[in-house]
Amino acid sequence: MTTPVLQARGLTKRYGHVVALDGADFDLLPGEVLAVIGDNGAGKTSLIKALTGALQPDAGEIRLDGEPVRLRDPLDARRHGIETVYQDLAIAASLDIATNMFLGRELRKPGVLGKVFRMLDKKRMRQESARHMAELKIGLRSLSQPVESLSGGQRQGVAVARAVAWATRVVVMDEPTAALGVKESGQVLDLIRQVRDRGTPVVLISHNMPHVFEIADRVHVQRLGRRVAEISPRDHSMAEVVAIMTGALQVSEGRSVVVDQSAADAIGWS
Amino acid sequence: MAVIEAPPLTRRLVATPVAGPLAALVLACAFFGLNSDQFLTGPNFSLIIQQVMVVGTLAIGQTLIILTAGIDLACGAIMAFGGIVMTKLAVDNGLPPLLAVAAGLAVCAAFGLVNGLLVTRISLPPFIVTLGMLNVAFALTHIYSNEQTVVGLPDPLTFLGQTFQVGQTNVTYGSLLTILLFLLFAYLLGSTAWGRHVYALGNSPEVARLTGIRTRRLTVGVYTLAGLIYGIAALLLVSRTGVGDPQAGQTDNLDSITAVVLGGTSLFGGRGLVIGTLVGALIVGVFRNGLQLMGVPSIYQTLITGILVILAVAVDQLSRRRNR
Repeated sequence: MTTPVLQARGLTKRYGHVVALDGADFDLLPGEVLAVIGDNGAGKTSLIKALTGALQPDAGEIRLDGEPVRLRDPLDARRHGIETVYQDLAIAASLDIATNMFLGRELRKPGVLGKVFRMLDKKRMRQESARHMAELKIGLRSLSQPVESLSGGQRQGVAVARAVAWATRVVVMDEPTAALGVKESGQVLDLIRQVRDRGTPVVLISHNMPHVFEIADRVHVQRLGRRVAEISPRDHSMAEVVAIMTGALQVSEGRSVVVDQSAADAIGWS
Repeated sequence: MAVIEAPPLTRRLVATPVAGPLAALVLACAFFGLNSDQFLTGPNFSLIIQQVMVVGTLAIGQTLIILTAGIDLACGAIMAFGGIVMTKLAVDNGLPPLLAVAAGLAVCAAFGLVNGLLVTRISLPPFIVTLGMLNVAFALTHIYSNEQTVVGLPDPLTFLGQTFQVGQTNVTYGSLLTILLFLLFAYLLGSTAWGRHVYALGNSPEVARLTGIRTRRLTVGVYTLAGLIYGIAALLLVSRTGVGDPQAGQTDNLDSITAVVLGGTSLFGGRGLVIGTLVGALIVGVFRNGLQLMGVPSIYQTLITGILVILAVAVDQLSRRRNR
C-alpha cells in the first residue's frame, strides 16, 4: 500500500455545542485528484481548513508523507508544500498578475539594491510568472495588467498557477468552478488535470457532481463531520453518490446498502 | 504567449490613476498663467510648494493609511500636538533642540501606534478610532500648551524654513525635504515587498492574510509610520511659522484627505499612488494661489476646492464602474 501524501486520523473540532468535525479521517494518495463532497454542514470546509492550517483541530492527527505534522497557520501549511486556492479569496484585484504570483514571496534584486534598498526584481518575477503560466498553457496578453481586468476563468487560472508554482506536495482547491461559466469551468478542469499529470495530487472541494465525476480519481464523501465513504466514480452512479451524501445509502465492502428508505425514496433511489 | 516586458511608458502613463489629476494640474497652471503675469514664475512656485508642504507631508501618511482602506481624521491634531511638544521642550524646558525634535517625532509616532493597535487589536473602524483621537490630541495640545503660543525658538527648530538659491529662486529646505519624502515613499510603495503588501492589504485583508502576509503587524506599522510622518510635518510647520501654535493644523485633518483624493487614490483602499497625492496637494495649492493672484476672495477658494473633491471622487467611481 502506498503512503498517502496527506493523511488525517480522527480530526475533531467543536464550536460550542456544534460539532464541525467528529473524528474525520482523510487520505490523499500520490498523483490523484481526490474530490471532497458533502452536504452543507457536513464539515467539508472545516476538514479542508484543518488540512491547510486555517483551523486548529481539537483532537486528531495530520500526517504528511507519513510523518505527523502540526500546521499552525496557512503560512505553516505553505511551508510544508500545501498550497490552497480559496474560493473568493485567491488574489488581490488591483495588483498585476506577476505581483499576485509572488505575493508574500517576493524576489529581490541581487546585491546592494536588494539587500540594502529592498528593491523588488520585477523583471525576474514577470519572467518566472510567464514561465509558470506557459507551463499550464494559460494565455494572457500581459502579466502587468491588473487581475481585476481579467475574466473569472483567467483569474482562477492565475490563482491555480500560483498554487501550482509553489506547491511541492499538495494543491487544495475550494470550489474552483463555483463562480464560473461552462467554458471557463472546462478550462479550470483542464488545469486540474494538467496539475495532476505533472505529479502533484489535487484535493478538489466541489458541489458540482458532473465536474466531480468528470475529473476525480476518487471521491471522499463527508457527512455529519466524518468520512462516510471513499469511492471511485467509476464504480458508482451520480445518484448513488448523492444518496450516500444525504445518508440514504451506506457503503460497506464496496457495495451500497439502503439504510434510510424514506430518504432513498425522497431522492428517487430504488 | 504572455508578454514579459513591462508595458511601454506611454501606456503606463495613460493607465495610471495619476493621469487625470496631472492633466488637471497642468490645465490649472495654464489657466492661471494666462490670467496672471506673476503666476508662472520661480518665486511663485517656490511659494506654492511652501504653502502645501505641511499638508502635503501629512497627506503622505494619510495616503499610506487610505491605501490600507483606513482613514485618519486626526493627522492635523497629532501634528499640532507634536509641534507643541517640540517647541515647549526646547524653549520652556531647555532641552537640546535635536532631542526636543526627537521627542516630538516619538510622540506623534506613539499616537499612530495607539491608533494602529486600536484598529487591529479591538477591530475598531479607523474612522471611529481617529475621530476619537482627533479630540484627544486637540485637547492635549491645549492642556499642555496652556493655550499659549510658544515663541523664541532655537535655530535648529526653524532650520527647515531657511532657504537656498536655485537660480533666481529661494527654495526652503523644508520644500526639499517634502519632495524627498514623496520620492522615498513612491519608491517604498512601488518597488518593495512592503509596498506591495500595503496594496494587497487594502484590496482585501483576508486575501492578504491567506497569502501569508502578517496583516495586523503591517497595519500597526503603517499607522505608526504615518504618525512619524505627521511628526515631520510638525517640524515643517514649526519651522515655517517660527512658533509653536496650539491653534495650528485644525483644517489640515481634512485637507490632507482632500489632497489624497484629488491625487486619484481610492478611499476604498488598494488603489492609488503617493505621487498622485503630491499632485493633489499641488492642485489645491495652485488653485488657492492662482485665485488669490486673480483677486478672488479666499472663501471662493474653499468653495472651488470642495467642488474639485466631489468631481475627483465622481470620476474615480465612474472609471471603476467601467472597469467592472
